[in-house]
Amino acid sequence: MERELKYIDIVEQPISMHPKKFALWLFMVTVVMLFAAWTSAYIVRQAEGNWLEYDLPEIFWYTSGVVVLSSVVLQWAYYSAKKDNLVNLRIGMVITVALGIAFLVGQWYSWVALVDREVFFVGNPAGSFLYVITGMHALHLISGLLFLIIVLISTFRLKVHSQSMNTMEMATTYWHFLGGLWLYLFMFLLLNH
Amino acid sequence: MATASVAHHDAAHHDHHEHEHHDNFITKYIFTQDHKMIGKQFLVTGIFWALIGGFLSILFRLQLGFPDMNLEFLRPLLGGWIDEGGKLDPTFYLALVTMHGTIMVFFVLTAGLSGTFSNFLIPLQIGARDMASGFMNMLSYWFFFLSSVVMFISLFIKTGPAGGGWVVYPPLSALEQAIPGSGLGMTLWLVAMTFFIASSLLGGINYITTVINLRTKGMSFSRLPLTIWAFFLTAVIGLLSFPVLFAAALLLVFDRSFGTSFYLSDIYVAGEALPNTGGSPVLFQHLFWFLGHPEVYIVLLPALGITSEVIATNSRKPIFGYKAMIISMLGITILSFIVWAHHMFVSGMNPFLGSIFMFLTLIIAVPSAVKVFNYLTTLWRGNLIFTPGMLFSIGLVSFFISGGLTGIFLGNSAIDIQLHDTYFVVAHFHLVMGSASFFGLLAGVYHWFPKMFGRMMDARLGYIHFWLTFVGVYLVFFPMHYIGIAGFPRRYYSWTNFEFSNMYTDLNMFVSVAAIVTFSAQFIFLFNFFYSMYRGRKATQNPWRSTTLEWTTPIEPGHGNWPGEIPTVYRWPYDYSKPGAAEDFIPQTVPLSQTPESNLPHEQEQVKLELEIMKEEEEVLVANESKH
Repeated sequence: MERELKYIDIVEQPISMHPKKFALWLFMVTVVMLFAAWTSAYIVRQAEGNWLEYDLPEIFWYTSGVVVLSSVVLQWAYYSAKKDNLVNLRIGMVITVALGIAFLVGQWYSWVALVDREVFFVGNPAGSFLYVITGMHALHLISGLLFLIIVLISTFRLKVHSQSMNTMEMATTYWHFLGGLWLYLFMFLLLNH
Repeated sequence: MATASVAHHDAAHHDHHEHEHHDNFITKYIFTQDHKMIGKQFLVTGIFWALIGGFLSILFRLQLGFPDMNLEFLRPLLGGWIDEGGKLDPTFYLALVTMHGTIMVFFVLTAGLSGTFSNFLIPLQIGARDMASGFMNMLSYWFFFLSSVVMFISLFIKTGPAGGGWVVYPPLSALEQAIPGSGLGMTLWLVAMTFFIASSLLGGINYITTVINLRTKGMSFSRLPLTIWAFFLTAVIGLLSFPVLFAAALLLVFDRSFGTSFYLSDIYVAGEALPNTGGSPVLFQHLFWFLGHPEVYIVLLPALGITSEVIATNSRKPIFGYKAMIISMLGITILSFIVWAHHMFVSGMNPFLGSIFMFLTLIIAVPSAVKVFNYLTTLWRGNLIFTPGMLFSIGLVSFFISGGLTGIFLGNSAIDIQLHDTYFVVAHFHLVMGSASFFGLLAGVYHWFPKMFGRMMDARLGYIHFWLTFVGVYLVFFPMHYIGIAGFPRRYYSWTNFEFSNMYTDLNMFVSVAAIVTFSAQFIFLFNFFYSMYRGRKATQNPWRSTTLEWTTPIEPGHGNWPGEIPTVYRWPYDYSKPGAAEDFIPQTVPLSQTPESNLPHEQEQVKLELEIMKEEEEVLVANESKH
């Protein structure tokens, strides 16, 4: 009897996650696969030799710090929204967006640094890969930033509060994911250099 | 539990009222968000592409079967692609082969098959009002449509469509000066495929979310019809592999248009050295086949799922080994990601790596054999009803066996040295993937046509269509094994230039005639399809006496599928010919408590629990009603 009770319970509640949130997770899976493809292509190509050696731009350390900080602030904004502290929520969101933009600017300067080192997009694939990986990550980060701005606007319309957290939760998840993705990519580049 | 069900009923009512309003033509037929209409859109677009893809193959079969034929009569259609002497232009021949492959693999057997039936059947069979996101679903179709338009336009441009094979290997596809087809045609190919990937991902995310989140009460994973399992796993495969194709294609775009060297290295074209250095063409093959091989199962699994359903229904028997079917599909899903390099045995890859991939490849024979065994044992001593859908399903099993056997040869890296890129490969995948999936598609259309259009297709025309196609497919593809063993490579313009292959002229002529007959037979289907849509015999609610949920909807379900409550599910979908039961099928919506005569001992125990839950439900419902 015990076993069957459990069985019925599972039947009752398929999954309590909101379908849109679930779809977001699936979308993040596709992004993971995208970067898995590029990073593994990087390894395969590197193993074949004829690979240009150069130092990674130091600015990556700073942008990594910025992205972590932005996630922390966003998480604070999220908790503020949960506690209906809407002023802190807005402050947090604005800071996060500003940090996101700062990150993108930093990534741009990493490209400037690369050009200074005479590592170009066109040339040895070692350099091209770096441009593709950072560029595509920046593109995804822009999509995350747009999402944050949409949520920011809705916070000013008082649409985000403890009773209506869905978009906020999704934006937070996506932003943390993008930050984590960058940390993975940076670590990957450090290790496979 | 009680609160959950309140919310559930509320949501159901709410949804229903929302869809009451009348749609105008545009929201009903064009920018529709109804999964059934989107499924039909995919189907009609898929049929359109199948005709084009088939027609292209007839064109190059004319060249292969009748190399001396004067093709002047095709000039009104092909214009400059027919040269002065009335012969087909060799570069256009390459473009024909490329477009035939691309169209059939992606536009017909991915979008046309998975797009049609995942959209149409998932909500109907799991008991949902619609997909998780109707908007995303609509977007998925329109991305596919956009992709179709771009690909279609590429057929008519001056330099011709892409000509580097459907696998678009660089450097051939990366260098505009290589062949005419690598110019604008290839660019349009890449643009079209980008939209196609977006469409597949939007669709796939929706399918997975819907199956996981929106199943009706009682529809546990162990009660899902095998069709849904197949669509679900197909979507999972697509979700994991299409991004990789996108990654590969993007690097190819950079190589083509921006001068990077991801895939290009040390190339001389017309005596001139290109600046590219340090690229690796094998890298593209790795990335491409990481999608390319799972793609085979994206094409095949939905067809296998449809077959499971059709064979069980028309054998009037429960599917043999339901759990084994699921496990073998799971096995195929996982294995499909770790066998890609068997397409690359002769690419100069490390032979040791080849041995590993050979081993992994041969393991796929196990779940495939399990599936075949289960189909045969389901058929064994069943009360077979030979509907057209059933015949096409049995045809699929036949192709799956005969084409699958040659896969064991090709999977061996040693034999593959001889067979690689010959007509043996062409024969293999046209049987096991092409024809099998195509038959699954046709079986699905014949079987679910009554649900789609409320009318029946003509069975007699269906039988004629089946026998002509079934025999035709074998006549086309079986001889190709011999040509392939002799070592003749695919994609070659002409046979007659080589001593060892010019004795196959008669065989090729035979294949071409068979191909023309088989292609012509499809017009019987086409007539049947469109004629029956308007003039067919009116369908009854459950014409095949099937157990699954879609047959509990009205004959022509509106948006929202069920006019009242969504039915609850009490049993698995394969209660056919259950001993003791009055009828030879028990729909999933019939509670165990209503069928004490046919319940098995363990089901009898579940009855008590079921009654308790139903009572509780009723109380909630009454409480809910009084609140309103």
